[in-house]
Amino acid sequence: MQFIDEFRNPTQVKSLLSQIHAWVKKTSFTAEKPLQIMEVCGGHTHAIFKFGLERLLPPEIEFIHGPGCPVCVLPMGRIDACIEIAKRPEVIFCTFGDAIRVPGRQGSLLKARQEGAAVRLIYSPMDALTIAEQNPDKKIVLFGLGFETTMPSVAITLQQAKQRNITNFFVFCQHITIIPTLKSLLMTPDIQIDAFLGPGHLSMVIGTHPYSFICEQYHKPVVVSGFEPTDILQSIVMVLKQFANKQCLVENQYRRVVPDEGNPRALAVINDVFIMQGDDEWRGLGIIPDSGVRLNETYAAFDAEKHFQPKQQRVADDPQSRCGDVLTGRCKPLECHLFGKQCTPESAYGALMVSSEGACAAYYQYRQGEPA
Amino acid sequence: MCIGVPCKITAIDPNQPTKATAEVNGIQRDVNISLVSSGNEQSLVGQWVLVHVGFAMSLLDEEEAEQTLTALNAMQEEEPDVNILFKP
Ligand code: SF4
Repeated sequence: MQFIDEFRNPTQVKSLLSQIHAWVKKTSFTAEKPLQIMEVCGGHTHAIFKFGLERLLPPEIEFIHGPGCPVCVLPMGRIDACIEIAKRPEVIFCTFGDAIRVPGRQGSLLKARQEGAAVRLIYSPMDALTIAEQNPDKKIVLFGLGFETTMPSVAITLQQAKQRNITNFFVFCQHITIIPTLKSLLMTPDIQIDAFLGPGHLSMVIGTHPYSFICEQYHKPVVVSGFEPTDILQSIVMVLKQFANKQCLVENQYRRVVPDEGNPRALAVINDVFIMQGDDEWRGLGIIPDSGVRLNETYAAFDAEKHFQPKQQRVADDPQSRCGDVLTGRCKPLECHLFGKQCTPESAYGALMVSSEGACAAYYQYRQGEPA
Repeated sequence: MCIGVPCKITAIDPNQPTKATAEVNGIQRDVNISLVSSGNEQSLVGQWVLVHVGFAMSLLDEEEAEQTLTALNAMQEEEPDVNILFKP
């Protein structure tokens, strides 16, 4: 079994589209007042554009590209703090490829590398630990970022560092948690979201139960979805059926990967290493209460910020950029005045243009030249 | 950056039971299996897992995958609306 290819079958895609057309007629959505589905995860955003799903859908359905791309919500000040640490002569700074081009006020980590800082790309957090063992005279800093998907891997790496008594390894913790973000989105008064496509791979860690407040308190359906075209289309059918049948549930389209209870072992390692504490700043969205993640007391010695004490910086987002409005569905990327001018993938202004999972980069790659 | 890749576990490292070799598209890579193993690592050989940043995060359920596909394949017959829409 190949596990991927079969989910791209054109006949199935066609058939699902027909179902979508049929079901949307059974709801009250119109082209003027469409169903606005937020896909929370940047992986979905990328797939939607890559496969052109947006254009295949009837006008009664519109995607809102959500904040679930950890790179897209990285605040400038945090990148500046990473660069400050990376530029220290004794440091080797390890980052996932996604984050290296995100601009801070002082440029990106890539620029810091061009200027001589030891910035290395890694595939797995474990790679950073290996680098630490191979370079005992250096201090190795891992840029720990991402949602609950990435947190368990960084947590296990830290457990290993502790077990093996590795003292030249540190983590710059920029992890974020999804539920507070969704809560803060839902509490924003002028936000237009009718339903959610839940993140597939994040949910394999946390499961589907944590989303139930969205149905219970906000009366919006959630369907956890896979990333293949048929997965996304089938999830839309599931959402439409809920509206047509006047239901509001958390459903799991991606059962082949996501158990409803998540991965208890992954949740346990997260709890062993991290503490969810305090507010955190998100690029484009501002301060989100209770979304902060730090290393707990047991792992304090590995905390790069405690060790290197970089300047705490808070850089306001440029008022001309509309990253926050794009993230919350208030406008489309093409409506931002900087789009394609000051802000392109080569010289990104906002982070939504940097990652291929960001809505602006996806628009730039696949839909440029269309009228706003 | 939350995308994972389905891989098939082909071997367990005899010296480090949390380390396995997994294969995807003919490429072998090291995968940490501590989040999906329940003690008997050898039983994971041949199993599909979803790998994210070098860690197997979830066991893939072939039965569920097949059920989804069967449901998708059966759709045209089950949904008369769909067939009507397909007619020119
Ligand atoms: S075009 Fe650039 S500045 Fe404007 S919203 Fe997108 S990422 Fe932000």
